[in-house]
Amino acid sequence: MRRAGIGLLALVGLVAILAPWVAPNAPDRAFADLFSAPPTAVHVWDGGPRAPFIYRQRMVSRLEKRFETVVTERIPLRWFDGGRLVTGAPDAGVPLLLLGADGYGRDIFARLVHGSRLTLALALIATLGATLLGGLVGGVSGYAGGRVDLLLSRVTEFVLVLPAIYVVLALRAALPLVVPPRTVFLSLAGIFVVLGWPTVARGVRAIIASERSRDYVSAAEALGAGSARVLLRHLLPSARGHLLMQATLLLPAFILAEATMSYIGLGFPEATPTWGTMLQDAANAALLGDAPWALAPAGAIFLVVLAVNLAVQGAGRGPVQLDR
Amino acid sequence: MRAFLVRRVAFALVLVACASSTAFLLTRAAPGDLATLLGPLAKAGEVAALRERFGLDQPIIVQWAHWASRAVRLDLGESFLYNRPVISVLGPAALNTAILAIVALTLATASGIFLGVVSGSGGRTVARTVIRLLSALCVSLPPLLTSLIFVFIAARTGIVPAGGMSSASAGDLSWAAWLADVAWHIPLPALALALPIAATFERLQSQALTEVVDQPFVTAARARGVPGPALIWRHAWPASLRPICAVLGVAIGVLLSGSFVVEYVTTWPGLGRLMYEALRARDIYLVAGCAAAGSALLACGTLAGDLLLAAVDPRVREETGA
Repeated sequence: MRRAGIGLLALVGLVAILAPWVAPNAPDRAFADLFSAPPTAVHVWDGGPRAPFIYRQRMVSRLEKRFETVVTERIPLRWFDGGRLVTGAPDAGVPLLLLGADGYGRDIFARLVHGSRLTLALALIATLGATLLGGLVGGVSGYAGGRVDLLLSRVTEFVLVLPAIYVVLALRAALPLVVPPRTVFLSLAGIFVVLGWPTVARGVRAIIASERSRDYVSAAEALGAGSARVLLRHLLPSARGHLLMQATLLLPAFILAEATMSYIGLGFPEATPTWGTMLQDAANAALLGDAPWALAPAGAIFLVVLAVNLAVQGAGRGPVQLDR
Repeated sequence: MRAFLVRRVAFALVLVACASSTAFLLTRAAPGDLATLLGPLAKAGEVAALRERFGLDQPIIVQWAHWASRAVRLDLGESFLYNRPVISVLGPAALNTAILAIVALTLATASGIFLGVVSGSGGRTVARTVIRLLSALCVSLPPLLTSLIFVFIAARTGIVPAGGMSSASAGDLSWAAWLADVAWHIPLPALALALPIAATFERLQSQALTEVVDQPFVTAARARGVPGPALIWRHAWPASLRPICAVLGVAIGVLLSGSFVVEYVTTWPGLGRLMYEALRARDIYLVAGCAAAGSALLACGTLAGDLLLAAVDPRVREETGA
């Protein structure tokens, strides 16, 4: 199970890196007559075995978004064509839509694959930032002790008990409602770091505080190592396991946070594909009860969270932590 | 015990004050204010009059001081968005959020504990495997996803309403009918909110019970001839309650954060939705009020969780000097 989780994560990462090659269509290309079109079925049999091919989907009713499959003409899939792994005939109006199309006629699979880059990069950077900041604050707090420790611990506890979502909203409110993607990326990463570091810091502080009375620390100090060196080279490595564990808890939380913010319209702008912005379309589909394929980004988020949980806990039932 | 209570209440008050002030100052510092609501064609005089009426023309610190001095007397100012005192808008919304949170917490605790006892008490391997599989799935299904999926299912099948807290005609209903109407609407958001927490509780309960079942006093009870179910529920289970009570406070925080998203998706008229609307309209007094109410709910919840833990576990009572 553990291996399955790690394998799944590696696969998601690989797909994100190779996004332009994996996606059959451009993520922002809207196919005019394919609003909310269902996934394209790939056939390999037509009276006899054939190379994989697809059929054209023709819109029957624009209002009801009904489609019919035109089975008179086989359209073969093109492999390794135009810098893509596989694609249909998008220029002839017959794209390969593995997960159907969204409300604007854009390829959901392509957007999902491209969106994973921004979503995952943001979550990774925020996780890295929160782990580093938490490790540093916790380390200084545990190593220095006394008043510094007291002050830093109080700040940590305070941020820890803040109602996270309200703080995220309030912090986000300090920016204009509509901002370019780059600013969104930086500000969201900053906000996530600000809210994410305390859980890390609390654990690191406890570990460092108990480690600092050990002999190897006194030995290092006696040999003339400065406090920065003692902390960074000798003490912090003992918190490595804790840091890694916290990072695996923060990563899914941040993926969700991005999705939530973009979903409610306070994250990335709609045109930018991320898993959160795609959920807006999913919500419309959910409310109408049609086009279940629009829920694909929810599936993607679930897969990544499940993969992280599996990779951390495996089939065994390790400790669980509620994260906000 | 009294000292403990006083300290906790004082901390809660500081928390509420800081959270609401931060929200106030940040929203005030953000570009754009209420005057944008008047549209681009508004005359300069109108804009100035509006700003003056709500005190937006003063420096930020002065405005904050005014607001804070009235806020300690529970006068949270006037909402631009609703044209009513913030308190009167806030009350129903906070109540709705509290109702949703309490129902979800009850649901999560009851089902989590029951399933955890079943899967942790050994034997009945099919039930155990199914429960563990389900809980492994649900732990990875946060409220954002569960609520979307449930809304989809509700819209497609029509078993329960897909959103809202009451039907459109609810205003004319009698009290009992209104209650039935709300009870008809609440399963969807409550379940969406409860699932991941129930799964976590199931794990904790299952682990704790597995450990307790091996202890001598359970073996002794079994040797005296106590039958299976009584052995588990009367003897082993009460001793295994501590882990769940210990995370109850955190769970309440998770619940309040999660309820924002669930409220948004299922259009439940609660605090989260209100704050979102206030934020979009730059209604600073309402934003600050929502932050205050949210942190107050959180503080109450955590306090209740701690008190419950103290009631269940004598060791905690000793530590806090009761």
